[in-house]
Amino acid sequence: MTGMLRRILPCVALASASAALALDGEVVVHDPSTVIVHEGRYYTYGTGNGLPVLASDDGWTWRRAGSLMSAVPGGKPGAEVLARGGNNTWAPDIIHIGDKFFLYYAAPGTQPKAAIGLLVGSTLDPKSADYKWQDAGPVVWSDGVEDSNAIDPGVLLGPDGKLWLTYGSYFGYIRMVELDPKTGQRRYPERAPVNIAINSEASILIYRDGWYYLLVTHGSCCQGANSTYNIRMGRSRKVTGPYLDNMGIDMLEGGGKLFAASRARHVGPGHFGLLDLGQGVQKFSLHYEADLDRGGVSVLDIRPLLWRDGWPLAGDNLTSGVYGIESARTGTVLELAVQGFPVGGFRQRRGGPPGSGIVGSGPPPNGPPPEPQVGPAIADQDPAQVAATWPAAGSVRLAPAMLQAQQKWVIAPVAGAGGYPGAPFFRITIAGTERSLTATADRELTATAFTGAQEQLWRIDQLIDGSYRLSPKAVPGTSEALALSAVGSSFATLAKFDPASDRQRWILGAP
Amino acid sequence: MRTAIAILSMALSMSLAAATLTTPKGASLPVDARGFIHRWLVLEPVPVQGRLTEPAVQEALKVAALPEGARPADGAKLTVNGVELSWHALDTLNYNLNLYHFARSLSKPTSNVLFWVETTVDSPREIPGVRLAIGSNAASRWWLNGEPVIALNDDRQSVIDDGVSKRVTLHQGRNVIRAAVINGGGATDFCARFLDENGEPIMDLVVKLQ
Repeated sequence: MTGMLRRILPCVALASASAALALDGEVVVHDPSTVIVHEGRYYTYGTGNGLPVLASDDGWTWRRAGSLMSAVPGGKPGAEVLARGGNNTWAPDIIHIGDKFFLYYAAPGTQPKAAIGLLVGSTLDPKSADYKWQDAGPVVWSDGVEDSNAIDPGVLLGPDGKLWLTYGSYFGYIRMVELDPKTGQRRYPERAPVNIAINSEASILIYRDGWYYLLVTHGSCCQGANSTYNIRMGRSRKVTGPYLDNMGIDMLEGGGKLFAASRARHVGPGHFGLLDLGQGVQKFSLHYEADLDRGGVSVLDIRPLLWRDGWPLAGDNLTSGVYGIESARTGTVLELAVQGFPVGGFRQRRGGPPGSGIVGSGPPPNGPPPEPQVGPAIADQDPAQVAATWPAAGSVRLAPAMLQAQQKWVIAPVAGAGGYPGAPFFRITIAGTERSLTATADRELTATAFTGAQEQLWRIDQLIDGSYRLSPKAVPGTSEALALSAVGSSFATLAKFDPASDRQRWILGAP
Repeated sequence: MRTAIAILSMALSMSLAAATLTTPKGASLPVDARGFIHRWLVLEPVPVQGRLTEPAVQEALKVAALPEGARPADGAKLTVNGVELSWHALDTLNYNLNLYHFARSLSKPTSNVLFWVETTVDSPREIPGVRLAIGSNAASRWWLNGEPVIALNDDRQSVIDDGVSKRVTLHQGRNVIRAAVINGGGATDFCARFLDENGEPIMDLVVKLQ
């Protein structure tokens, strides 16, 4: 129903980083393809004239990089695609198999007459001598009468090596066909497509631990902050369905467990794409129909992907704040190695617990038991109260959480320092001081004044279980990728990340 | 009644041997299957305040400082803070050495005390990038070949690998571990081993008290 309302959004240049941490740079895009990594660079392609390209060197700061169709002979969809569909170019998806990239895009005419075309290339780098895209014709199409609108392709290479294409919008069913992973073309064109969902668009499949998950976007697009886009899902043991939601409702009958809805300053999430970075780190790309911090335009984002109870869960990129950094291995927290002082001051261990009214020792006093009493609120510990004796630079260690000043870390993005998929580099600094977590040349840690050096910039990735991996951008004297690691109960170091271990998993929460 | 129980308790405690400790036999003892060191020289406890903050531990180390050049050996005597004390060579049957058992078997105090312990680990080769990993009840300070490597404060239980040093190098041949364990009250013990870069115990070490 809302597909007809689609239109190309104006491109708005953004000169400064977003305070909301929804990526940086030129991030205006609608219906982005799954973000893909090629030769260390990140790419996505969106709806619009010629399929606009966004590229990034680090996954955080993005730039417009022309249009994909400019590398296609004739600069537009081939004649057969135009005949089966129309001359619009919308909502692509991309996959890398062997030495080929297969890019599927929607070429609608007057909906629901539409086609999904295939482009084949060998590199994504526009500066490469080999950069070109070959038109490989339409793969599927809808004739304008049937209960299907052949737009919004999504591709999955399954664990068995089979390649699948899902597609469709609000003119009937979400459908799937099998593709040939060697050519990207339809494998059994004589077979009818399989209907797997309804009342949705932007479908895509992912696979994990014996389950296929179908993610689709419900609601309306293309109305800025009035868009109701939200991402929903079902799962199936068989790739062809049925895809049931968490209440057992078939997505063919409108079911769909919520995956992501509007939150905070971002309205209308849609067009899920899995970005698996390996070592237990998964992220997903998407767009918001309206980023309220950018005038309500549609923008790209990359967020952590978590898993819970057999379902994917949309994580949130870290926002700046004061955190306790708790080791999943030990339950102790990271602190500056200084003598702590109890919040509210020292109290003698004498008598009963605070409020009990019991003082001293010996036989109980005569008369009625004392009335329990509460005291006045005890203020949070101010670093200024206790930091006078701290060294300017000190070692760090792990200790039981005590709400003390040396255990409170401000985690804040560093402007202009770049980032990684979905987030900027952060500094990690003891609250109220300049003592910042720093990687040292002996692969250990210290807390020193912040200079902006690479060993003080931290990449913070949320892992699929919701805990975090904290990695310095660089460690002096080594090119090895290292992560903050609990060694023993009371000490932290830098070590190679082991996704199977709790040593490098950290829980960030209120200190 | 209360007095009678106290007398009985005292009599029982005085008669208890250190069930987990034995006299070393043989010139050397390999670390155990988990890398723990079982053979130590332990000095009889030095009375200290028994408080366990960083400043209090520093003060206790001053009060209980060993005479310069002191060379621990089984049966050797020395005077610390005006008190004559003896070193004891001990093998522990467990992964940890129970200082409470040790002091109680000698009818020495177990609370508000500092224990000096020392051992020598013989390494068949130079091993860089290892970590000394200890647990102690309660606060403790550790030195490897004279260099301070671990400092734990506060009242704490002895947990395997509670305190871990930065990466250090074990010399080929003799490596001396010395520690001070400070106890406030209750049980007191410690354990120690070396870990490799992956957190696995180093197994081919031999302990010699020399």
